[in-house]
Amino acid sequence: MARGAFAVSPVRALAGGAASAFLLALTLGTLGAVAWRAEGLAGLGASDWAAIRFTLGQALVSAALSVLLAVPVARALARRRFPWRSLVVALLGAPFILPVIVAVFGLLAVFGRAGLLNQAGAALGLPELAIYGPQGVILAHVFFNMPLATRFLLQGWLAIPAEQFRLAASLGFTPGATARHLEWPMLRAVVPGAFLAIFLICLTSFAVALAVGGGPRATTIELRIYELFRFDFALGDAALLGLVQVAVCAVAALVAGLVTVPKVAMAGMDGVAARWDARGAWLRAQDVVVIGLACAFLLVPLGIVALRGAPFVAALPASVWQAAGASLVVALASMLLALVLSLSLALWVARGGRAARIGGDVISGLALTASPLVMGTGLFILLFGWTSPQALALPVTAVINAAITVPFTLRVLAPAVAEIEEAYGKLAASLGMTGWTFLRRVILPRLRRPLGFSAGLAAALSMGDLGVIALFSAPETETLPLAMYRLMAAYRTDLAAGAGLVLVTLSFGLFYAFDRGGRADADA
Amino acid sequence: MLTLERLRFARAGFTLKADLSLAAGARVAVLGPSGGGKSTLLDLIAGFEAPAAGRVLWEGQDMAGAAPGDRPVSILFQEGNLFPHLTLFENTALGIDPRLKLTPAQREEVSEILEDVGLGGLETRKPGALSGGQRARAALARVFLRARPVLLLDEAFSALGPALKSDMFDLLERLVPDETVLLMVTHDPEEAARMSEIVVVDEGRVAPPESGGPLLADPPPGLARYLGRR
Repeated sequence: MARGAFAVSPVRALAGGAASAFLLALTLGTLGAVAWRAEGLAGLGASDWAAIRFTLGQALVSAALSVLLAVPVARALARRRFPWRSLVVALLGAPFILPVIVAVFGLLAVFGRAGLLNQAGAALGLPELAIYGPQGVILAHVFFNMPLATRFLLQGWLAIPAEQFRLAASLGFTPGATARHLEWPMLRAVVPGAFLAIFLICLTSFAVALAVGGGPRATTIELRIYELFRFDFALGDAALLGLVQVAVCAVAALVAGLVTVPKVAMAGMDGVAARWDARGAWLRAQDVVVIGLACAFLLVPLGIVALRGAPFVAALPASVWQAAGASLVVALASMLLALVLSLSLALWVARGGRAARIGGDVISGLALTASPLVMGTGLFILLFGWTSPQALALPVTAVINAAITVPFTLRVLAPAVAEIEEAYGKLAASLGMTGWTFLRRVILPRLRRPLGFSAGLAAALSMGDLGVIALFSAPETETLPLAMYRLMAAYRTDLAAGAGLVLVTLSFGLFYAFDRGGRADADA
Repeated sequence: MLTLERLRFARAGFTLKADLSLAAGARVAVLGPSGGGKSTLLDLIAGFEAPAAGRVLWEGQDMAGAAPGDRPVSILFQEGNLFPHLTLFENTALGIDPRLKLTPAQREEVSEILEDVGLGGLETRKPGALSGGQRARAALARVFLRARPVLLLDEAFSALGPALKSDMFDLLERLVPDETVLLMVTHDPEEAARMSEIVVVDEGRVAPPESGGPLLADPPPGLARYLGRR
C-alpha cells in the first residue's frame, strides 16, 4: 500500500486511538484498580494455590486431550468426501458460539448421575460415573475445544497441496508413508499453535467450573475470584488473584506469540484432495466410526436439551422471558460496541503503518488475556462509591463482553479492510472519495460478509455469556444464561431445559441472522 | 504544462529520478522494462507517492500535499477500475461527484456519456455482469466526465484483445480534449507508436521525451535490448 502523501487521516487516527484507549482502560485500567486494592503478595492462601494449580493442570489436560482427539477426526474429514460433510464442518464451528451453560446441561444429561450413560451402565451393573469435579471440567472443555482443534487441524490438512498426494500415489506410498512424509510434518507445524490457543482459552474458564467444578479439587482462579468477591467480599484477596490470573495468561499469550496460532476461518474447508492412500476398507470404516462418534459427542447433549426443553418452553415463568429480553438487549449493545471498536481499530491499522499494526496486536493480545472476572472486579472497585454497581450490571456486562470479543472480530475485520484498501484505495483516492464517503461507499459495502460474520459472532458470544453477570447481578437483574443456571442450581431441571432451548435458539438465531444478512445480495 | 522538477523518489534500494516538462496536448507513451519505475512515475504524478526531493508542478503550481482526488489528474489501472458493488451508472457518476449526489442535469450528463461510449441501457448492471471491453468503456466514460487536464493510463488496456484495444484508442481520440496531457504506460511498442512522444524509464532514470517514430526506428541500446532488437 502506498505511503507518504497518501496516509492515515486524522479522523481515522482519532477513532483508532479512541478505541485503543477505551480497551486499554478496560484491560490495564481495571487491572490497575485491582492492583491498587491488592494487599501484598504474601496473601495467597492454600485454597488460592490450589486454584492456581488446578487452573494450569486442567488447561494442560484439556488442551492435550482436545488436540489428541481432534487428530483422527480432522484426518477423516480431510480425506473423505460425503454428502453431509459441509454440515459436519459447520457443526464443528457451533460450540464456539454455544452458550456454556447449555452445553453443561446437555453433558450432565449424558454423563451426569442420572444421565444416559449411567442409566445404561446401571442396567449392566457397572459402577456409577461421577461428573462433578476435575473430570467434569475437563470433559466440558474437550466438548468445546475438540471441535475447534479439529477445525485448526483440518485447515492444516487441506493446506497440503493436492499435488503432493498425487506424487505420493504415483510413488506408491502406503498410508504409513503418507502419514510420515506428508501429514506428520504438517501436524508438527500446526499442533503447537492449536494446543496453545486452547490452553489459553481454558485458562480463563469460569462458567464450566462454576457449573461442574468447585470445591477444593476443581476450582479455577476465575471461580475463586468470584467466590472471594461474591461470598466473602474479600476485595483485596480477589484482586490479588486477579493479578495472578492476568500474569498466567500473559505468560501463556507471550509463548503463544512465539508460535503461529491459527485463526478461525470464516469458510473454505471444502477442497478435499483426492487420496489414493486412504482407499482401504479398514481405513474407510475407521473414518466413518470416528466422524460418527465426534458428531454424536456434539449432537446428543444438544439434542437432549432440545427434547427435554421443548415441552417446558410454554411453562417458563415471566422472569425467564424478562431475562431473555435483557440478554437480547445486552447482546445487541455488546455487538454494536464490539463492531465499532474493531472497525475503528481495523481502519486505523490498515493505514497507520508499523506502529499502528503493533498497537493493534498489543491491544488485541491484552483483550485476549484479560480476564472478564478481573475486568468486572476492577470496574466494581472503580464504580463502588460512585453508584451502585448492581444497578449497572447489564451495561457493564455488555461492555466487557464487547471487549473480550474484539480480538476475534478484529482478526476477521483487519485483514478484510486491508484487502479492500489494497484493491480499491488508490481508485477511490483518485476519484476524491475520502473520509466518510470512502467508508460509506466503499469499505462498508465491500465489508458486508466479514461484518455480518463478526456481528453474528459478537452477538452470539454475548448472548451466551455467563461471567461478569454472575459477579454483579442482584436477584432481580439477570440474563438468560444466569436464569438458566439458577434454575439448574434449584434442581428445576425441566424449566432449565426449556430456558436452555430458548437460549440456544436465540444464540444461534442471532449468529445466523447477522451472518446471513452479510451474505445476502453480496457482489463478487 | 506538467513539470517534474528534479524529482527524486527513494524506497528500499529503489530510486527514481525525473526532470522533464510536458506541454498541453502531449501524447506520451511510457516504455521500459518491468521494475524500472514506470508505475512509480505515475504514482508520483497522481499523488499516491510523495517525492523525496524535487517537485511536481501543474501550470507552475506545486502539487505537494494535494490529495490524489484534488489533483488535475485522472488515472486508470490495469484492473479494478470499477467498484463491483456499485452499478455502472454509479461507477460512472463518481466522475462528477464522489459522494454521488447528482442534480437531474448531471444524471442526464452521465446517461449521455454512457450512450456515447456504447453502454446505453446498461446503467443498472454491476461490473460483474459486464464484459472486459464494457468495463474498460465504463472506466473511460468516467474519465471523460471528470475532464481533468492530465490523464494517466497505467497499462489500462493491456488485458484487452487487439480489436478491443483498438476500440479504446478510437474512443480516446474521439473524446479526450486536444489540450489534455496523456501519459500511457505500456509494454507494447505498437501501442507506443500510437503516441507522438515516448519516455523511456529504465534503471530508475526517466529519460526526457523523444519523438516516437524516430526513437522506435533507431532505438538507443537500452531500449533496443528491451524491444528485443540488437
